[in-house]
Order: sequence, then structure tokens, then C-alpha cells
Amino acid sequence: MRKLLLAALLLFTPSAQAAQEEVVLGLSQDRVAITADFNGSEILIFGAVKRETPIPDTEPLEVIVTVSGPGQPVLVRRKERKLGIWVNVDSVLVDSAPTFYAVATSAPFSQVLTDTEDLRYRISIGRAIRSVGAAMHIRGAQDFADAVIRIREGEQLYSIRENTVAVDQQTLFRTAIDMPADLTEGSYTARIFLTRNGKVISQYETPIDVRKVGLERFLYVMSREQPFLYGLMSLAIAIAAGWGASAAFRLLRNN
Amino acid sequence: MQIYLPIAEVSVNAFLLLGLGGLVGILSGMFGVGGGFLMTPLLFFIGIPPAVAVATEANQIVASSFSGVLAHFRRRTVDIKMGLVLQAGGLVGAALGVLVFNYLKAQGQVDLLVKLCYVVFLGVVGGLMFIESLNAIRKSKKSGGAPAPRRQRNWIHALPLKVRFRTSGLYISVIPPILVGICVGILAAIMGVGGGFIMVPAMIYILGMPTKVVIGTSLFQIITVTAFTTMLHATTNYTVDIVLAVLLLIGGVIGAQIGTRIGVYMKAEQLRILLALMVLIVCGKLALDLLLTPSEIFSLGAGGGH
Repeated sequence: MRKLLLAALLLFTPSAQAAQEEVVLGLSQDRVAITADFNGSEILIFGAVKRETPIPDTEPLEVIVTVSGPGQPVLVRRKERKLGIWVNVDSVLVDSAPTFYAVATSAPFSQVLTDTEDLRYRISIGRAIRSVGAAMHIRGAQDFADAVIRIREGEQLYSIRENTVAVDQQTLFRTAIDMPADLTEGSYTARIFLTRNGKVISQYETPIDVRKVGLERFLYVMSREQPFLYGLMSLAIAIAAGWGASAAFRLLRNN
Repeated sequence: MQIYLPIAEVSVNAFLLLGLGGLVGILSGMFGVGGGFLMTPLLFFIGIPPAVAVATEANQIVASSFSGVLAHFRRRTVDIKMGLVLQAGGLVGAALGVLVFNYLKAQGQVDLLVKLCYVVFLGVVGGLMFIESLNAIRKSKKSGGAPAPRRQRNWIHALPLKVRFRTSGLYISVIPPILVGICVGILAAIMGVGGGFIMVPAMIYILGMPTKVVIGTSLFQIITVTAFTTMLHATTNYTVDIVLAVLLLIGGVIGAQIGTRIGVYMKAEQLRILLALMVLIVCGKLALDLLLTPSEIFSLGAGGGH
């Protein structure tokens, strides 16, 4: 019973504080359209802190903004040298890793958030990835989760950008999040956390829709839902192009 | 100009793809090969997922082979009957190949298999071609070139189920062509190639077909096998990227016509030695990838899903 009370207390504390300082948010766009010439996108996230009481004169207000793609299971494979060549030997399934994850903060990460708060809200890149299914016989399962982060950071899909959220008068904040060209579609989420003294005092969440549109959408859907027709269409285009080139070249040679 | 490929889900430069298509087209026009064995590794290098590269390349080969076979039909250098027998084998082989491909994809070994196939076949074909053309150059310097010795009868002629192939002037069993068809079909599905670079030597040295009908017949059978492979990949793996295919084949068909003209001005032995060198370079690059310690020993794949 006491444990339950404590849990309830923990649950309600942040929201009780949140009533004092709340986020009012604006987005430059709440949807990202992947067109044929899609070359990445920049989303401007800005907002203000609404409060009924004067600004507390304790620690300054800090802001964390995260944008995350849909979580997907990822199979991480490890190579080892066998008979002189590098072969995949073992694998670990990471239950859920976002396809894209960016964190922007208004100060160095360790200053804006404590470890316990990070654990609770899953804000840092390492915490945003969930892996529980690692088989016991594989040593260093953590290496596999680290590999996901390292590889995706290399592809600019994961990033942590400290000191990139500008905060004015502890009230207005803004940041820009770059999204690379190699995006997977899905429902993305933008989260905004207000922190004081490393503790989250308010949070806000809003969806960003990332979709292939136009021809991209049409072809993708067709390849999944009408694979037979899609295959025939690919062949028809190939044969038409082959015939066209042959005919065109014959015309050129005859002239 | 960056273009987002809907199936591969990567963004690449459209001119790079057109250029690659053109380059491989020129080479295939010069050397009379499909070019799939060069294009697929090049697609790996620019970051197209191997499964998409293999499936899409099969589709592109349909285009270039179709373009080529029309010319051979006009010249009546296609042995349709032999082509149909090879195709029968080829379809069985392609189906087997896609089965193997999908099984290994589930095991996480498909990249290894595709790359190993490339290293082995490119190494063998490139090496043989290099030695053969060096010998040819040396011989042509010594004498005016002696006529090739007539082929002897061998074990091929002892097999049952003999059929007459009039265009090729052959009376042989259907078993060897079917076996050749199956092997090339398997390779086509796994490696995303037409298999011309294996089919042509097999037709000349194993089946004993006259050289003038070999290329046309090989192209004829490649169309069917790669079309079938494309359909299998499209319906089982959803990995045919039509945007990628269109960009490659536009570059490819134009390049092929330019390449044919360049080829006219060069000697056959010089062409072959250049092709052999190129094949060996691609082979060497792929082999190094397998042998050297990779900078990243982890790789990511889709979990669950399948």
C-alpha cells in the first residue's frame, strides 16, 4: 500500500508542477512530405512557457526538444573472421529503436537533466533504444545497442545537439531540427521538456507526420499491395525502353 | 539533383545513376556483355541495399537484352528452339535461386553469398579471359592466326534424349542445355545478373554451338529468365525499385549505343583484355571487403518483419 502511494506520488508530482509552467508550442510544419526530389528537411520548433506565477528565481529554466521516428525492431548482426573471411556470426534483436532520433538542449546535457529523470522519460539516445531480448549466451549485448547508435549517428539519423535551443527570458524558446534525406516514413513525435535543476517540470508532445507523397507514395503502395501488377509494370517499362532504344538507334543509323 | 528512391528508401544523385547506367552501357556495348555483373557491385558501392540492387538490376537487364535481341532477330542469329530449352532450365533455376536467396536473407547471410558468388565468378571468368587474350595477342604477333581446332565428340554426345537444333546445326541431348539453363537461372536470381558471361562460354565450349548464334540465343534466354526473376523478387521481396531501374536503363540504353560504336574501332583482343582487367578490378575490390578487417563489424537489419 505504501509502495502504491509512493508510486502515485511520483506520478503526480511532475503534473502538479506542470500546472505552474506549461508549454505553448509552434511548429514550422507538422508534416514532412517525401517527394521524388526530397533532400532532407528542417523543422523549426518554437514556443513559449505559460505561467500564472512569477518566474521562480531558483535555477534557470532549461529546454529539451526531441524528435523521434517510429520505433522499429532492429536485428543487429556481428561479423567475425571465419576461414579468413568476415561472416555474420551472431545477432541480437533490439526490440525497438526509433528510425530517427534527434535531441536538442539549451545547455550541456548533463546540466539540463539528471540520470534518473533520463531513465524515466527516455530522453538521451541510449535510453530511447529498448533492448531486452538479448540472448544470454552472447557476451557484450550492450555492444549491439551501442552499434545501433554508432551506425545511425554515422548516417546522421541519430544526433544530440547540445546548446542548440535558444531560450529568451526563461519564456521563449526555439530550435531547428535537421532531418536527413534518407528518412523512413511514419508518425514522428516531437517532445518538449522543461527542466529546472535537472528535473522535468513540464512536458508536451505533438505528432509530425512524415509521408511519401505523389508518385513515391503511389509506387510504394503499389509494390506492396499489387506486387504482381507492379512487377508487370516494371517489365513493360523495361521492354518499352529496350525496344525504343533499338528503334531510335536504327532511325539514327539509317539517316 | 537528389532523388528519393521509393523502395530502396535512400536518396541518391539522379545524374550519378544516369552516369553509372551510361558507363556500364558503354562497356556492355563495347564488349557485348549485359553489364549486370558490373552494375550490381557498383550499386552496392553507392549504398543501395543489396537486395534492392539485385532485384532492380534483373529488371534493367530485361531492357538491355531486349534492345540487343531485336537486332539479332533481324539477322536471324537466334536459335529459338535451343533458347526455349535453355529457358525451361532457366526458369527452374531462377525459382531455386530465389528460394536460396530468401532462405539466406532470413539467416542474415545473403550479402555474403552474393559477394562470394561475385568474387568467385568474376575471379574465374576475368582470370581465364585475361590469360586467353594474352595468348591470343602473342599468337597474332607470331603468325597470321591459325584456324581454331575442330571440336571433338565428347561425353555430351553419349547422353540420351537427343534433339535436332537446326539453327545451331546440332544434334545433341536436351540434358546439357537444361542443366546449363538451371545453373544460369540460379546465378541470375542470386547475383542479379543475366549470366551472359557464363552462358556464352558454356554454349561454345560445352554445347558446341556456333559462335554466330551464341550471343543472340543467350540474350533471348536471358530476357525470359531475368523477367521471371524480376517478377519473383517483386512479388516475394518487394525489392524492385522502378525509379532506380528507369534511371539506370535510360543511361544504359544510350551508353550501349555509344559503346557499340567505340567497339568498332578497337581490336577484339584489346577489348577482351580491357574487359578482363575491369572484371578483375571489381573482383579484387569485393574480395578486399571480405578479407580486410571491416571498420564496422556490426550491421543492422529489419527485425521481425519477415
